[in-house]
Amino acid sequence: MNRTVRLGLFAISAAGLAALLFWSLIGLPDFGHYHWPYGKLLNAVAVNERHTTNVVGVTVFDYRGFDTLGEEFILFTAVVGVSLLLRKDRDERVLRDPVRSDGVRLLGMLTVAAVLVLGLWVVAFGYVTPGGGFQGGVVLAGAFLLVYLAGSYGDFEALTPHTPVEIAEALGAGAFAVLGFVGLAYEGAYLRNFLGIGDTGTLYSGGSVALLNWATAIEVTAAMVVLFSEFLNVYMVPVADWRT
Amino acid sequence: MTYLPYAVAAWLFLVGLYGVVSSRNLIHLALCLSVMQSATYVLLLAVGYKNKATAPIFRGIPVGHPAVDPVVQALTLTDIVVSVTVVALILALALDVHKQGHTVDPDHIAGMSG
Amino acid sequence: MIPLQVVILLLVAAAGLAVVLQRDPLRQTVVNGLYGLLLVVLFMVFQAPDVALSMLAVGAIAYPLVLLVAIARVRGHTDETTDDGGGL
Repeated sequence: MNRTVRLGLFAISAAGLAALLFWSLIGLPDFGHYHWPYGKLLNAVAVNERHTTNVVGVTVFDYRGFDTLGEEFILFTAVVGVSLLLRKDRDERVLRDPVRSDGVRLLGMLTVAAVLVLGLWVVAFGYVTPGGGFQGGVVLAGAFLLVYLAGSYGDFEALTPHTPVEIAEALGAGAFAVLGFVGLAYEGAYLRNFLGIGDTGTLYSGGSVALLNWATAIEVTAAMVVLFSEFLNVYMVPVADWRT
Repeated sequence: MTYLPYAVAAWLFLVGLYGVVSSRNLIHLALCLSVMQSATYVLLLAVGYKNKATAPIFRGIPVGHPAVDPVVQALTLTDIVVSVTVVALILALALDVHKQGHTVDPDHIAGMSG
Repeated sequence: MIPLQVVILLLVAAAGLAVVLQRDPLRQTVVNGLYGLLLVVLFMVFQAPDVALSMLAVGAIAYPLVLLVAIARVRGHTDETTDDGGGL
């Protein structure tokens, strides 16, 4: 069907959808009057049961750990899909594209170090203050990206060789699943905590939440680095070769 | 006024859907899809919000203090990181389409072969 | 509902419309960056610092890279008669 017919059909059905959406959303309770029990229960018991102060972090890795397992494998699959699509045009020649300004290189070196430490901090304290494996993983991958931006593409490629990064990604995803089985073996339920829960508010708390946190951080960092490396390689291929 | 967050979520969803339907460029389409996804984030967080409550981080505040719902925040934060890889997958598909047919217009890729 | 939440919600709605109405992908990338920043402020005002941190990291690091690479690859090689993607 041509474009005008498609847009007319969309206008009619969108009007119906909008009416349905507004009618159904009016039926929700008023904004701010939250009275369901699950959130109240978690806020009341999480700090005492797991000795972690970030209830969102312990929900992601402990109380709702099974959902996080699914999300991690979605991430893994999407990155595998991107690699499959872009890998067949991979250029194996040595490409450089160096940055020539000394000021940018110096500032970049300092920024890479700062962002690396920041990313490690966000991951490590993920169950004490806001943060966690997902956020810290993206920040750590950003540190690798800064190496390309402030240095050269050759530096970035030397820093992220394909096989070790892909092995790290698979290990991170697999470690999450395996830690669940350890919980099954020791405590009788998949992803159940099997370590001591430690002192509230310190790094030694939460039990196996700490291990799952680091497994997620390794997997997200490696997955993002693979993604960036595939896209950057596509960008660096010279124009003439792309047309053939 | 108490239904404003829900209305904004529905508005973002419909606006993103209009962008997807009427797009002439696959990259523009991917970004409109991400606008639709952010509508669900706004709706989830609006459902979990409680008046005069703080974030569910109990460092420095006593445990009995009212806090917003942590479960919807857990669902949203993993979804944000995963959605960027899905957008990257869509863009990789767009690059592949462009290599085959030298166009990124969704209306013109139906007749391509190979 | 505090006035800050009302203002931010209206700004987010307007920025979402701006992202869709901007047809050129390169300019849309810039508008998307602004939209991401407004979403971060919205998530903070809704008392969700973890979600805000997630959106900030993703919107500043991952989105611009994948979008700019895709735009750079597509620009200049498309058939000029049919679409409006790419040209500045």
